[in-house]
Amino acid sequence: MRFTKEHEWVELEGDIATVGITDHAQHQLGDIVSLDLPKVGTKVKQFSEFAMIDSMKASSPIYSPVSGEVEEVNAELGTSPQLVNESAQEKGWMIKVKVSNPKEIEGLMSEEQYKKFCGEKK
Amino acid sequence: MKLIFEQSGKNSEYVPESKAVLREPFGRKELPIPDLGEVQVIRHYTKLSTLNYGVDSGFYPLGSCTMKYNPKINEDVARLPGFAALHPLTPEKSSQGALEMMYELEKDLCEITGMDAFSLQPAAGAHGELTSVMIARKHFGKKRSKILIPDTAHGTNPASGAMCGFGMVTIKSNSRGNIDLDELGKAMTEDVAMLMITNPNTLGLFEEEITKIADIVHAKGGLLYCDGANMNAMMGITRPGDAGFDIMHLNLHKSFSTPHGGGGPGAGPVGVKKFLENYLPVPRVVKGGDRYSLNWKVKGSIGKVGPFFGNFGVLVKAYTYIKAVGPELKLVSEAAVLNANYLMRKLQPHYDLPYDRICAHEFVLTSKKQNEKGVHTMDIAKRLLDYGHHAPTIYFPLVVPEALMIEPTETEPKEKLDEFADSMIKIANEPPELVKSAPVTTPVGRLDGVAAARQPNLRWSNE
Repeated sequence: MRFTKEHEWVELEGDIATVGITDHAQHQLGDIVSLDLPKVGTKVKQFSEFAMIDSMKASSPIYSPVSGEVEEVNAELGTSPQLVNESAQEKGWMIKVKVSNPKEIEGLMSEEQYKKFCGEKK
Repeated sequence: MKLIFEQSGKNSEYVPESKAVLREPFGRKELPIPDLGEVQVIRHYTKLSTLNYGVDSGFYPLGSCTMKYNPKINEDVARLPGFAALHPLTPEKSSQGALEMMYELEKDLCEITGMDAFSLQPAAGAHGELTSVMIARKHFGKKRSKILIPDTAHGTNPASGAMCGFGMVTIKSNSRGNIDLDELGKAMTEDVAMLMITNPNTLGLFEEEITKIADIVHAKGGLLYCDGANMNAMMGITRPGDAGFDIMHLNLHKSFSTPHGGGGPGAGPVGVKKFLENYLPVPRVVKGGDRYSLNWKVKGSIGKVGPFFGNFGVLVKAYTYIKAVGPELKLVSEAAVLNANYLMRKLQPHYDLPYDRICAHEFVLTSKKQNEKGVHTMDIAKRLLDYGHHAPTIYFPLVVPEALMIEPTETEPKEKLDEFADSMIKIANEPPELVKSAPVTTPVGRLDGVAAARQPNLRWSNE
């Protein structure tokens, strides 16, 4: 699993990347109340906005850690947005992307680097 | 307190039998409306109205909203039959007084802000922003595609930009809470139409480098826009027009004491410099000799942005306020800034103050110190209700985690500020269990905000 400075995670299997926000991010946002996710087939670009997330505190954009095409969307989040709070890095996944450039992932942070990054930000 | 539906069912003697005979299938055997008599209905709604909380009942430090007291003379003047009963389609010759009021108000707003022309048409703040972005769009056509917005901006700024098809670019703040000039320099290219800034910003901090910011934007041919939501900090002290702003909007329902929130509607006049004047919405109020008229034929205008002439009653109230206060508007802003700084310094030993510098008319604290005990900003806000105050703005601006944004306004006496500070200080040191269970003295306790947002089902049902 790799991480971005904007607190998204990505896990690559073959050429399919699963994307979500980190547990640290869901803690910061507080109770999630709704998500505006893209449709299957939408093209996403690395570090560009692909979704909006609404929590009790704020409305925030979510940026894609990779470029490619949305292959699957987590439909469960439509009725159960709390999955992002309960299981941000597993059941709360948002989209699966067919990546166009797997090498992009190499530039992202490892879990250790991300933990350090969050620690520094405090 | 019971809902009116829940009081129903035992009072059918109050409801007369219907004499109307309806043909099948229009007649109904049952009509599930509350069967209460007039006196019960009146008592129900009177009781409800006493549960209301407004600036007329107590302290209302809602940051970024300027919930100042609304002087009652505003209401008296707006109710004069010459204003209140005037039909919006009355011919010019019979509505000279109303036109004169609008003309004078535009001139006063120009004087206060240093802009060259105003339109009173936009119905509120975000509508004023939208009108301004439409003016930028008209000015540049399709030549420029982006708008820059600092990370402390009101959320309506990017929304207004996006409505007109612009791409939004966020500019980060520096450690003093102001726009980072290096960031701005890099982002300010020739495809940027406008930089939208709130000054003082939503941290309650004046943009110290405002003239340099204006130079950077103008050097690339861009426009500088002022979200005037925070005008209450600078009336009679400094003018956006003199600082290099090209367009701005004002919130008459904030700075100029017209009702706000549930008591609205608002008014969001837009002011521009001379070179943008012809883009303003039509009709424009013009004066020829001693007669006033409406000019619909302005080449280049973006057209109408609302029905008739804006929220006319609100304009009358703001006009009354400006004429009643006159040059003392400067004292209004000075007192607003003094009140905010007094409260800030009084609370500083007890709460975390992320930007420790003289503030404008509002300031931002965080609950960082209280977080260590498990108490969060939401809990503090709820606990304030128990002490009889309205809560401040919370969790905004977004750049400050756990923010409490406090704006006392100029109309509060020192005793009230001290009372509020005492409550805040008490809460800072109260046991966490107590703060987290608040409010306990209000008609309803802690509401389930999460359920309300996730399942917004507002329909009453008797099941």
